[in-house]
Amino acid sequence: MTANGVLQLVLYLVVLLALAKPLGAYMARVYEGRPCGLDGVLGWLERLVYRLSGVRPDEEMGWKTYAVTMLLFNLAGMLVLYGIQRVQGVLPLNPEKLGAVSPDLAFNTAASFATNTNWQSYTGETTMSYLTQMVGLTVQNFVSAAAGMAVLVALIRGFARRSAETIGNFWVDLTRTTLYILLPLSFVFALVLVSQGVVQTFGPYAKVTVVQPTSYDEPITDTGGKPVLDEKGQPKTKKSTLTEQLIAVGPAASQIAIKQLGTNGGGFFNVNSAHPFENPTPLSNFLELLAILLIPAALCYTFGVMVRDTRQGWTVLAAMTVIFVGLLAVCVVAEQQGNVFVKQGVDHTASALQAGGNMEGKEVRFGIVNSALWATATTAASNGSVNSMHDSYTPIGGLVPLWMIQLGEVVYGGVGSGLYGMLIYAIIAVFVAGLMVGRTPEYLGKKIDAYEMKMSSLVILIVPFLVLVGTSIGVVTTAGKAGILNPGAHGFSEILYAFSSGPNNNGSAFAGLSANTPFYNTALGLSILFGRYWLAVPVLAIAGSLARKKIVPTGAGTLPTHTPLFVALLVGVVILVGALTYVPALALGPIVEHLNMIAAR
Amino acid sequence: MLTHCRAAIVSLALLTLITGVVYPVVVTLVAQVAFPQQANGSVIVKNGKPVGSALIGQPFDDPKYFWGRPSATSPFPDNASSSSGSNLSPTNPDLVKAVQERVATLRAADPGNTAPVPVDLVTASASGLDPHISPAAALYQVPRVARARKTDPHAVQELVERHIEGRLLGLLGESRVNVLELNLALDRR
Repeated sequence: MTANGVLQLVLYLVVLLALAKPLGAYMARVYEGRPCGLDGVLGWLERLVYRLSGVRPDEEMGWKTYAVTMLLFNLAGMLVLYGIQRVQGVLPLNPEKLGAVSPDLAFNTAASFATNTNWQSYTGETTMSYLTQMVGLTVQNFVSAAAGMAVLVALIRGFARRSAETIGNFWVDLTRTTLYILLPLSFVFALVLVSQGVVQTFGPYAKVTVVQPTSYDEPITDTGGKPVLDEKGQPKTKKSTLTEQLIAVGPAASQIAIKQLGTNGGGFFNVNSAHPFENPTPLSNFLELLAILLIPAALCYTFGVMVRDTRQGWTVLAAMTVIFVGLLAVCVVAEQQGNVFVKQGVDHTASALQAGGNMEGKEVRFGIVNSALWATATTAASNGSVNSMHDSYTPIGGLVPLWMIQLGEVVYGGVGSGLYGMLIYAIIAVFVAGLMVGRTPEYLGKKIDAYEMKMSSLVILIVPFLVLVGTSIGVVTTAGKAGILNPGAHGFSEILYAFSSGPNNNGSAFAGLSANTPFYNTALGLSILFGRYWLAVPVLAIAGSLARKKIVPTGAGTLPTHTPLFVALLVGVVILVGALTYVPALALGPIVEHLNMIAAR
Repeated sequence: MLTHCRAAIVSLALLTLITGVVYPVVVTLVAQVAFPQQANGSVIVKNGKPVGSALIGQPFDDPKYFWGRPSATSPFPDNASSSSGSNLSPTNPDLVKAVQERVATLRAADPGNTAPVPVDLVTASASGLDPHISPAAALYQVPRVARARKTDPHAVQELVERHIEGRLLGLLGESRVNVLELNLALDRR
């Protein structure tokens, strides 16, 4: 790793962790209903939303009502998003005259965006109209993030309250998150992005005359738009000259701001944040990277404030950071080493004049360090946006994002969902520690009983089940194998990555896989839904059960959960569960591929 | 239950209005006033005609121009209305073949140059639209461009050096050369 590379990584981590406290403290004010400053400006809007939707903000809910309202809201969002995509052809704000989205793709996208996954089966610039992007996708970028944060806050209240029947009001948490946290941050961030060159316009695609006309082989299509094949089954082509470039634009900045801040990750354009119009400069890249982990990291501090012991928040944040730094280093080093197969006659060395390393699928302005940092951060959080193509990573470089997803999106994780996942791991960790010394486990003064352990086990087990069963179906069915782009072990990795990304609600891909087929759209769409709600509901059940309990005074036998020892224990549990569950699958994919590379060296 | 359904539908409608209509429209209005050039795609105009975007790569294969990153978009390279990477895996024989062909093409266009080719010049970019190449990749092409234009290589090299954008504050990102802007400057000389 170069000295500059280390500096860039350190600067990123320092700024990220420095922002966790101020933002975390602000969010705690929002969730505890204390004045936060913005309520003076937007309070009328908050009250208007409650009045028109018939919500009584002071009326609290038990966990079942909280879960039902969350599910109802998400269902309504999904149906509307599905509907918009199906009829976008006749709706306004569609300058490129894009037609209706196919049913399976519309279902997949609706499921994916309502759950904060933002798996993209579609090519943004050729599929979605401006109206769909704004009124459909941007809205879900906001509210799916807000819903995740609401569930987290409900769980935190479960820890903080004693002998209580209620865990908050979903509508209030949803509205306050959107208005006081996500909207103001996105507004400022969107404008900063535009200043860097991110597009924001309702105008049609720009047409320019290229400087040097070039010739290319244009595939010949029949009247139905299908490619015509020659005798050998290869598509027939004719010589054509390229004189014009049609440049896709659109209202991108407003969507990209919330896509990063809300750990959504669905790109405005097909190649996501690798596109120069989504991420034009090193500064835009740094800020977008920061936005990916900003809220998940700050929520740890919010948690600490709300349970009246900020050390607890710092401990969880420390555990996340330890795992993050370790895997980040592996990814950067692997990518900087480059690809042994294409070294002949090629200069891979990092120097002042070039980034070197494995540059296939990477952009020059980001080089190796910022690409690998992004790949690690976007999969640590359940963001899933990319600024380089993970499919072209070296085997070990690609294993890092894949395994990061499989760890369950708890290293920072999605907004809300990451921390509630990590708190479930904390419950498991105190349980394991309790088993070792034969004491009843407690966390934050709450006794962890059989009910909490059953629900936590569900949370831990459901996703691996979806990932591994989904992958097996993918590799034994013709429809699954048909999507593979790359031969050998890497083809298996493509399917494994897809079925890891879906249920874990990440949304990034080994994008060589042709996933826009009825099989993948349906299978992944379903796994995304199960992966989100089969976790969120047990988490709310735990919240309800914990809220009812009394606080046990700490005694000599209480395991302190704010110490380096607990950090190590938490890291150990996350890594162990992740390793035990996925090493066999990883061995068949990236590890075999890596051995192939060593053999060739 | 009915009150919950009403709350779900009405709050979704209101939040849609706020985050899906008001928010993007206000951002657009402010952006169009404050940063009109960037908000509309950083289009470069030459003699009154738009000739490209400062942020979007263009295909070049004439020896007298600097060439950009290989692009995996279809059906032609640098297709700015359908961005795409190659997604070829490092162990894919197609990738090895493609890189070797690109090395051979560069060598054939510049027979005297036996230096190893900078890696970004023979590997496809992530977006297929990368507007930049590394300074190493630009300097590598100086002899060829100078010969094709029958000019002094030192003058071309100087032009390249003037077009190198360093890391932000000497720290963030990677140093790079914008190919389209460099080629437009070449034509202006």
